Amino acid sequence: MKTMTYVEALRDGMRFEMNKDPNVYLAGEDVGIFGGCFGQTAGLYQEFGPERVIDTPITETAIIGHAVGAAASGLRPIVEIMFIDFTGVCMDEILNQATKMRYMFGGKAKVPMVIRTPCGAGVGAAAQHSQSLEAFFTHIPGMKVVMPSVAADARGLMIAAIRDDNPVMYIEHKGLLGVEGEVPEGDVIVPLGKADIKKEGSDVTIVAWSAMVGKAMSAAASLEKEGISAEVLDPRTLKPLDIDSILSSVAKTGKLVIVHEANKTGGFGGEIAALVADEGFDYLNAPIKRVTAPDSPVPFSPVLEKAYVPGEEKIIAAVKELFA
Amino acid sequence: MEVTKETLLGFYETMVTIRTFEEKAMELFAAGYIPGFVHLYIGEEAVATGVCANLTERDFITSTHRGHGHLIAKGGKIDLMMAELMGKVTGYCKGKGGSMHIADVDLGILGANGIVGAGQPIAAGAAFACKYKKEDNVCVCFFGDGASNRGTFHEALNLASVFNLPVIYVCENNLYGISNCQRDHMNVSDISDRAASYGIPGVSVDGNDVMAVYEAAAEAVKRARKGEGPSMIECKTWRHRGHFEGDPGIYKSAKEQEAWIKKDPIIKLEKKLLEYEYASEDELNAIKDTAKERIEAAVEFAKNSPDPEPEDVLRDVYAD
Ligand SMILES: Cc1ncc(C[n+]2csc(CCOP(=O)(O)OP(=O)(O)O)c2C)c(N)n1
Ligand SMILES: [Mg+2]
Repeated sequence: MKTMTYVEALRDGMRFEMNKDPNVYLAGEDVGIFGGCFGQTAGLYQEFGPERVIDTPITETAIIGHAVGAAASGLRPIVEIMFIDFTGVCMDEILNQATKMRYMFGGKAKVPMVIRTPCGAGVGAAAQHSQSLEAFFTHIPGMKVVMPSVAADARGLMIAAIRDDNPVMYIEHKGLLGVEGEVPEGDVIVPLGKADIKKEGSDVTIVAWSAMVGKAMSAAASLEKEGISAEVLDPRTLKPLDIDSILSSVAKTGKLVIVHEANKTGGFGGEIAALVADEGFDYLNAPIKRVTAPDSPVPFSPVLEKAYVPGEEKIIAAVKELFA
Repeated sequence: MEVTKETLLGFYETMVTIRTFEEKAMELFAAGYIPGFVHLYIGEEAVATGVCANLTERDFITSTHRGHGHLIAKGGKIDLMMAELMGKVTGYCKGKGGSMHIADVDLGILGANGIVGAGQPIAAGAAFACKYKKEDNVCVCFFGDGASNRGTFHEALNLASVFNLPVIYVCENNLYGISNCQRDHMNVSDISDRAASYGIPGVSVDGNDVMAVYEAAAEAVKRARKGEGPSMIECKTWRHRGHFEGDPGIYKSAKEQEAWIKKDPIIKLEKKLLEYEYASEDELNAIKDTAKERIEAAVEFAKNSPDPEPEDVLRDVYAD
């Protein structure tokens, strides 16, 4: 175990696989000398050189498009989209190329590529640099989606994502990059599609991912003092989703609150709620609650942004409603 | 082209106002009054000034993440801009947008933009509307060297060309897109050469020479107003600061930076004004002082303005 920040951990995951597999390379805007907009790739250019850590022009369409071609031709690209918001620019390459090729070709192609991209509000970056768009990608058959919440998962999921033979969206939260945690070293992966119970509890299940895990943890700590024992479950991978772990937890607690930073309508919380209603209805003794951002773009002003991002108080209030 | 003393002094006033605004924004950002990202226009003032001097309130512009200079040159109100930078409810976007999204639709300013290259087709659309309504107004699209690598650039120029739209594509080539220098991100040295692929005229000018920019833009705007279609102007310039405030700019050499600082567009214009005896040192200083006073007043306005209310989050998502 080693203490690392989330960003060091995800970088260490990339470094580990790059050392192991010469077909892994990294490309994106300002990933070289600059080291990435939030320092995610710092030092990798110096370590692996310009052939494997490649600065691209501002050209998201070709960043993703070239990765599709390279992956289909035997390489394992890690490509960075500087902010998840910019995936709007290369949606065809994600939606109609990367994730369709294998199926359309009758299983005869493999597209092992990782799209690394930061999401999330909280830094005053406003509507085009703050979104949480995971639900866009979970909706695409053929795509896997991971969203680590802690440093250890950031590293383990990175290695697993690079080794996976499919396109994987690796969504890192800007607000988590500097958060420290204990990280196992060496060849340790966090398998895709496996949830993690971040805190055990018996009265209510809180499913949260990415930056909302930390908020759910502090909400759970406050609730504990009031005699409510909350279990915090982090799916870590949204697609494939570890629904079995969610169902087992709900079977134990009888109550479910889902927390995500993305806005409500069409958010992935709706999918989890539907799955639990479908497969775990009998376990429930209260309605399923969702705590999400409102259905608006992300506002700029700190006052508005604070009102926008779901906070601990909102999680506590939602849980308490179930016990009223 | 005949340029009067008044015109040149007007350029000077605009450029100094932009510079002073930016220096203030820099200070306020460092002091924590401005959240988020701030991309400063210091060093590039001649471009917006020379171009927008050819426009009226009825003409449109699309701007970029580095937009403060475009907005000021197009007549944007500095108090509303400053309030927006601080996220105040009195700001241009009621605190919803911040530095990267300031707009004044009534003045034809279709917004700064956080998505690099997004303005290019939008500008074509505004020009389409001008043409559709059979009016002689035009649209100017500002964008960077880096943005000329986006697909939007190529699609928009082609569309503007085949639709024969009254739009002027102004490339602010400051030689870098964040850390990526032009020779690493494209294999042409004059970005204006790209215009030829779309059958439209393209010229490259010294973007630190406000007169050169003004004249090239005058020509392009005249063409557009006469219905002769789009043009492209590449203005070679340099940003003095980091890509955003907080970027130490390790990717630029000190030598390069020094050489370009010597070509500061404001100093260049000052020299000309003194040489032509259009103004004395004292008169130039008076213009600077006035700009400082205006900016200080804008800062006071912004600081004394209220924040938005949390309920405002859900306002303006849709038109009623
Ligand atoms: C589509 C998109 N890709 C990447 C970015 C991140 N980004 C913001 S500004 C910038 C550099 C832009 O370079 P250039 O067009 O030359 O303008 P400059 O900053 O030099 O004025 C980049 C890559 C973005 N905002 N939008
Ligand atoms: Mg540039």
